[in-house]
Amino acid sequence: MTWDIAAILATDGLANGAVYLLAGLGLVLVFSVTRVVFVPFGDVAAFAALSLAAFEAGRTPPTIGLVATLAALAAATEVASLARRGETKRIARAVLLWGVLPLVPCALAWLAARPGVPAPLHVASAVLLVVPIAPLVARVVFQPISDASVLVLLIVALALHFLLSGLGLLFFGPEGSRTQPLAGGTLALGGGVTVSGQVVLMVLAALVLSALFFLFFERTVAGKALRATAVNRVGARLVGIRPARTALLAYGAASLLAGLIGVLIAPVTTMYYDSGFIIGLKAFVAAIVGGLTSYPGTAIGALAVGLVESFASFWSGAMKDAIVFSLLIPVLLLRSFALPHGDEAEEEIDT
Amino acid sequence: MKLTRRAALVAAAASLALPAAAVAADLKVGVNVALSGPNSSLGIPYSKGMQAALAYKGEIAGRKIQLILLDDASDPAAAARNARKLVDEDKVDVLMGSSGVPSSVAIAQVAKETKTPMIGLSPIAIDGADNNWVVTVAQPTQLMVDAVVDRMKANGVKTVAYIGFSDSWGDLVYDALMKAAPSRGIKVVSNERYARSDQSVTGQVLKIVALHPDAVMTGGSGTPGALPFLALAERGFKGGVYGQHGLINPDFIRVAGASGQGALMPTGPVIVAEQLPDNYPTKKIALDFRREFQKVNGAPTTDAFSAYSFDAWMVFADAAERALKKGAEPGTPAFRQALRDAIMSTKEVVGTHGVYNFKDGNIYGVDQRARVIVKLDNGAWKLAQ
Repeated sequence: MTWDIAAILATDGLANGAVYLLAGLGLVLVFSVTRVVFVPFGDVAAFAALSLAAFEAGRTPPTIGLVATLAALAAATEVASLARRGETKRIARAVLLWGVLPLVPCALAWLAARPGVPAPLHVASAVLLVVPIAPLVARVVFQPISDASVLVLLIVALALHFLLSGLGLLFFGPEGSRTQPLAGGTLALGGGVTVSGQVVLMVLAALVLSALFFLFFERTVAGKALRATAVNRVGARLVGIRPARTALLAYGAASLLAGLIGVLIAPVTTMYYDSGFIIGLKAFVAAIVGGLTSYPGTAIGALAVGLVESFASFWSGAMKDAIVFSLLIPVLLLRSFALPHGDEAEEEIDT
Repeated sequence: MKLTRRAALVAAAASLALPAAAVAADLKVGVNVALSGPNSSLGIPYSKGMQAALAYKGEIAGRKIQLILLDDASDPAAAARNARKLVDEDKVDVLMGSSGVPSSVAIAQVAKETKTPMIGLSPIAIDGADNNWVVTVAQPTQLMVDAVVDRMKANGVKTVAYIGFSDSWGDLVYDALMKAAPSRGIKVVSNERYARSDQSVTGQVLKIVALHPDAVMTGGSGTPGALPFLALAERGFKGGVYGQHGLINPDFIRVAGASGQGALMPTGPVIVAEQLPDNYPTKKIALDFRREFQKVNGAPTTDAFSAYSFDAWMVFADAAERALKKGAEPGTPAFRQALRDAIMSTKEVVGTHGVYNFKDGNIYGVDQRARVIVKLDNGAWKLAQ
């Protein structure tokens, strides 16, 4: 291996690491607030990428139908639960919030699919279109069982992933797509090594979004409410924070991250209806490095996964994924030795 | 209850009338492909090709042909169930299918058990000596890869690097390459692999570029097969990039874009039927097929798959005509035996993909007339001279 090959592999690894970083942030955010390992995260990213590809092919993205169906389901769930509790006055507001609000990005996407719309609007509406998916799914599936054990939630999340990727196959078909690069041009690093504009954009996006996340959690009331819920749900309720509302916020933020990941990677890799899963899985490895709670730990883990993956593909292409996933073994060993062993029992949570 | 009684009466009347009227039984073709599930992108063109074939030749020696088409949802277990249903309930004379190799193997098993002839539409991983009820119209991989390696030799290639799927398709192409290359004085310098779901092959391609091979052979299929083309173009690889027939697919062209420019790969001649010389044996029927397909489905063909269906139909029509002369009635075991014998003695039947000659012990029946080398030029396949 020569220096320039190592440099190319390192930039490739950094670009992948940036994607895993964003996905890892989303996973940690959802897990710490709701205790759900949100397996369908990658599917949402794939939907964003395929929606953008549909826009570029001059078609109306089928995601619109998915979001509209989910909105109808979520509105029905909310109305039924309100009616059961006899709070009929709040039904109109619930329908507006769950049934009508998610249709706004659908309407935007429908308009953006008209001919002659500039490309940046396509990107924006593809991201906005997937933002309602995670909150709506969570309202229908996770909110009714929010007190279940982590294992039950994980299995439900896994089932949800299979459901969403099945729908992805139905809507987008089995073949993959690529989209136009968001940033053209190349950056010369010297020594004959160049970096494409898209890779620079991916790394910059990861840095900026991580910084925004930091500011959000440190400086805003909503961010502090999320942190409080993550630390102690009962305590958060006692000081007037609603877990259901913070969970909604967490899912919304995760969905937005997934959408951004989707449009960032679609130009550099071929996206299929089921490509999201493997991205989510590698981000999960990164999140494990951070113990599923630490954001800096996740960031380090994500960069490590990206770099290991890139160099592993050079040494042994067929064994690449096995090498990445076997990273988990030393990490888990170290964590179990280094950290005091917590109680395996579930913490009691009442809502 | 009433209905059942009436049905019984009708049946009784029919059985009484039958010897007097001597109504000739229809020929029945049972087709199973994947119309849903991950394999449906191949199964749907296969089924459209069948409809075109039925419209093209719907009668043999005065007997109508019935087409019964079932969907296996890309599941080999469902394919086997469908095949049994076709044989037991519908009493078909011949089985055709499926769109994927695993499902085809499952149907071949049923064909052997029930002693029903089968004409496969894809390569089938079985031994012809072990199962002599089955043939297939697809080209064997070795035949296709031999053509690619011949082309490499003609282009002065001395060293070739290989990058393919880390699954049985990647193995199949690699083994064929290893068999063909040394005898033509070409050295295979690498065996890089990637998974269908991988996002990038940068690492593998860097390794290949560092070896400075004269050419690269790829062993992928469909849209994931475009990945090495994209990565090699990004690294500015100047040598030739060769593919195989798994890449002849409009979605591959869409994803590979400009990076596929100039790539050479083998395919059945039907893909470039218009560009074939007039004396090419399959040209006329390939153009007939194109016209019939357009008429039946209201859209032109863009793939190789629908043409395999058409060829299977041609092989069946030729064999059925000869089998009928033996005197057995369609729908009986005796006719199925006669049909099998007729298929196994198929001589010079011209299809869209090639000229077919089947004999006992070998499921493949095509020769070098079933392959041409095409070049991807500005998003379209051009016959390479």
